[in-house]
Amino acid sequence: MPAVSKGDGMRGLAVFISDIRNCKSKEAEIKRINKELANIRSKFKGDKALDGYSKKKYVCKLLFIFLLGHDIDFGHMEAVNLLSSNKYTEKQIGYLFISVLVNSNSELIRLINNAIKNDLSSRNPTFMCLALHCIANVGSREMAEAFAGEIPRILVAGDTMDSVKQSAALCLLRLYKTSPDLVLMGEWTSRVVHLLNDQHMGVVTAAISLITCLSQKNPDEFKTCVSLAVSRLSRIVSSASTDLQDYTYYFVPAPWLSCKLLRLLQCYPPPEDGAVKGRLVECLETILNKAQEPPKSKKVQHSNAKNAILFEAISLIIHYDSEPNLLVRACNQLGQFLQHRETNLRYLALESMCTLASSEFSHEAVKTHIETVINALKTERDVSVRQRAADLLYAMCDRSNAKQIVAEMLSYLETADYSIREEMVLKVAILAEKYAVDYSWYVDTILNLIRIAGDYVSEEVWYRVIQIVINRDDVQGYAAKTVFEALQAPACHENMVKVGGYILGEFGNLIAGDPRSSPLVQFNLLHSKFHLCSVPTRALLLSAYIKFINLFPETKSTIQEVLRSDSQIRNSDVELQQRAVEYLKLSSIASTDVLATVLEEMPPFPERESSILAKLKKKKGPGAVSVNELEEGKREGGELNGGGERGGDNSAIATSNASTPSPSADLLGLRAGPPVTAAAPSAGSLLVDVFSEAGVNDDGFLSSAPPSVVSEDPAPPLPESNELLNKFVCKNNGVLFENQLLQIGIKSEYRQNLGRMYLFYGNKTSVQFVTFSTTVTCPGELQSQLNVQSKPVEPLIEGGAQVQQVINIECLTDFSDAPLLNIKFRYGGALQNLTLKLPVTINKFFQPTEMASHDFFQRWKQLSLPQQEAQKIFKANHAMDTEVLKAKLLGLGMALLENVDPNPENFVCAGVIQTKAQQVGSLLRLEPKRASSDVPINRAQQ
Amino acid sequence: MQFMLLFSRQGKLRLQKWYVPLSDKEKKKITRELVQTVLARKPKMCSFLEWRDLKIVYKRYASLYFCCAIEDQDNELITLEIIHRYVELLDKYFGSVCELDIIFNFEKAYFILDEFLLGGEAQETSKKNVLKAIEQADLLQENLDFQIRLLPAGVLSPNISSESTGLFQS
Repeated sequence: MPAVSKGDGMRGLAVFISDIRNCKSKEAEIKRINKELANIRSKFKGDKALDGYSKKKYVCKLLFIFLLGHDIDFGHMEAVNLLSSNKYTEKQIGYLFISVLVNSNSELIRLINNAIKNDLSSRNPTFMCLALHCIANVGSREMAEAFAGEIPRILVAGDTMDSVKQSAALCLLRLYKTSPDLVLMGEWTSRVVHLLNDQHMGVVTAAISLITCLSQKNPDEFKTCVSLAVSRLSRIVSSASTDLQDYTYYFVPAPWLSCKLLRLLQCYPPPEDGAVKGRLVECLETILNKAQEPPKSKKVQHSNAKNAILFEAISLIIHYDSEPNLLVRACNQLGQFLQHRETNLRYLALESMCTLASSEFSHEAVKTHIETVINALKTERDVSVRQRAADLLYAMCDRSNAKQIVAEMLSYLETADYSIREEMVLKVAILAEKYAVDYSWYVDTILNLIRIAGDYVSEEVWYRVIQIVINRDDVQGYAAKTVFEALQAPACHENMVKVGGYILGEFGNLIAGDPRSSPLVQFNLLHSKFHLCSVPTRALLLSAYIKFINLFPETKSTIQEVLRSDSQIRNSDVELQQRAVEYLKLSSIASTDVLATVLEEMPPFPERESSILAKLKKKKGPGAVSVNELEEGKREGGELNGGGERGGDNSAIATSNASTPSPSADLLGLRAGPPVTAAAPSAGSLLVDVFSEAGVNDDGFLSSAPPSVVSEDPAPPLPESNELLNKFVCKNNGVLFENQLLQIGIKSEYRQNLGRMYLFYGNKTSVQFVTFSTTVTCPGELQSQLNVQSKPVEPLIEGGAQVQQVINIECLTDFSDAPLLNIKFRYGGALQNLTLKLPVTINKFFQPTEMASHDFFQRWKQLSLPQQEAQKIFKANHAMDTEVLKAKLLGLGMALLENVDPNPENFVCAGVIQTKAQQVGSLLRLEPKRASSDVPINRAQQ
Repeated sequence: MQFMLLFSRQGKLRLQKWYVPLSDKEKKKITRELVQTVLARKPKMCSFLEWRDLKIVYKRYASLYFCCAIEDQDNELITLEIIHRYVELLDKYFGSVCELDIIFNFEKAYFILDEFLLGGEAQETSKKNVLKAIEQADLLQENLDFQIRLLPAGVLSPNISSESTGLFQS
């Protein structure tokens, strides 16, 4: 078809494009473009009215310049003029320009929408399609507002041409994706679903994309599509390759439509109707059978189209996860692909098998391919394929093959691409933990990991090995021996030093009987690495040294010598200096009893899910690690930690912390350093990180008097104070803070821009608190935003007693910080000094406002300036329960408006923030997306 | 599909179609990154790769790379054939299409794409029907001022001759 000869040549455009191509340098190109821009500008501004052809030519040149990557800031109006031309090519170029260079100028949008409206009502199918293409290409909210009501009508009208229906369906899909609230299918639903029965294959192909998207959001309303989709699929699958004429692609009947039908079915569970289900299973079997037939063509297009359908069918089989026979057949088919000469098929087979591995019906069948997959990991030349092989090995791993898989992954790590090393390390660490039967294997594996890929071993990984060693006494001796040996290598990774330091500090005594690893030998070995390490590692080593003094009194003088040396006690790093000073003091003042108590062996860590899994999940993005897997990890992790045996739960920790009674309080009074269990919460303190990793809340009183607080200055706010603050955003009463000594309760009420807060300080001990005092301050600009007055509180709180304090708050203007509450008192002579944030947030001054749907959306639209709007999409931390969400929103202080949002899943709220200076109206919209548990929040402020 | 890019072996962008709203800055960044990534890959490597949270499907035809970004649940193989069908449509329309056709008649390349894909989804997969639509549009033209294929003389300097290689020829 010599179509081009009918081309609407624009000589000037072709010449311009050649000119640009002949430019020898970037500068020459820019010069030529600027010349052209000047020329076009003068033509557009000139007195002489341009004819349609010239306008089209210049607009087209501008488009070309823009597509080259240059900015274009004029010509929109000329393009809009072209839209109303009655010459098709001019109109077409006008629409193309508008589609590519979307402009948010509202006057232009009005003109564009007018032109589109005219074309939509022209009844000329070619013009209607052009207009629909433009809407679909731009897809803006303004267009949705103007046309979302009209397009469904066009889509289902009996007299609409097929080509227009196709455009209308996909146009609507695009609008639905941008503004689901504006596309209301309601009365059209059943007629849209019935498009699946349309005579015209093209109409079905276009409509099914729309139906799939709508079904994902409203499965119940569209569920009649299932039986229609099955019968359509069945007709295609059973048709001969020539039946569908031009919809047959390289001897494959309607591959695109088949894939889309199979995809639509994945939005639903298996059909309940036996006949429909039977028909579908038949289809799936036919598709699997066809894969075994000899190809009808040698062309890759034939096999791609055929296999596209096959993979989509396998996805559906996996989605149903209920037909063992089909699952095993799918697995065998993929097994054949694993050795196919086409790289693409090997890649997809590995990827698809990953999901099959998690089905109980096909897990065993997947495992039979282990040798092929290991081979792929070793020999594939394309890193993305190797990555898939590693993923599959991870997915197919269980107790029976864990040792083999972990060994293969470890050996692959030595040569693995840098881009995938970190993920491989996490996977090996997880598998080793999950399937460890004997823990010496686990320890060996992790130490090997550090040896092979130390740089890629993240904190989570080495924290975890320490947690596990501490919780399992049967592996402690082995671990000590192994790290001792590993440290003897002339060059070992810093992570190895960390693990070694920690483990020897705890369990060095278990190997001290052997003269080759006597206490002094151990110490010297560790200390030989000291100077090569970073500050956090040195800090950890210093803690290990003080533990040595407790474990092996004979090392005391050597270690004191080291601590006393200038390089320690005068170290320029505050953290190191402080540890050296405090440990030295502790070792010289405290009696052996006290030392033994303070430096006793770490209590077991509480049972909890491995944080490595969470990290892998974060790395891979949602969905990569199934919830199932996480839960399994938790279960197995728990078992591994031997939780029950050693009573490693929260209460054990609490007692252990509380079991440092008055002696350690005295110690603190002496301002001696905290024992290893309470290092300062500074960034350099790895040990505290270990604790927080382990979920051990270091809320012992030690942390409320961090060693840095030698002065009477108010302490910096507690690290967890922000979290405490968040707890009170949606509620006014509760326990604000609690540690071993003190509990602070809170009750508050707000009216207009005023608030009153009651604080209750409870002494949890039997000893009185003296010189008890509190101060409330507004840091920085908060001073001018909030007026806070507190009444003084009794300076003495008897053991077990509670005192009350009243605080009055006045909101002057909007604010974002929270006031600080500093509390100081002496307990057994020791100064306690802690700072919290008072839970005063701007929403406390909300006054709920009721309004009707119409008002709400009118106001919502008015708030369109960027500074008037904030939107956030975030993951829900908990399962989303409508009642809980409602309670939270009410707690926020706004009015929860019922029957306002057309989508009943959404929540909308309105309220006015009352400050002394002004009143700020606010609207809020929460759109929970259940499938992904994302909760986008829209909020507008006036 | 989220977007489609056509670029040359030299990394020059020849066509860009975005089906999701992105700022110009973001578009340029994505283009730069992807062109670099895809051009760095060796011939026998697989046509799919993971990129951010999307899947990239690409294929080279003579001097041109066709590159599509699809979402997690989309089908890679059928996307490869989307690319192929588009090349077939261009080939049929221009008559043995080459890169130069797409450079000099870029607007036609966009029109054909709009008839085939809309909003990132296949609108009409029949080659006949797509070409019929384009043909009808061509018949509506009144300005038949040039009847020849628009490749001005002198554009075929030797170093760019690959641009005139038919996409189906290599």
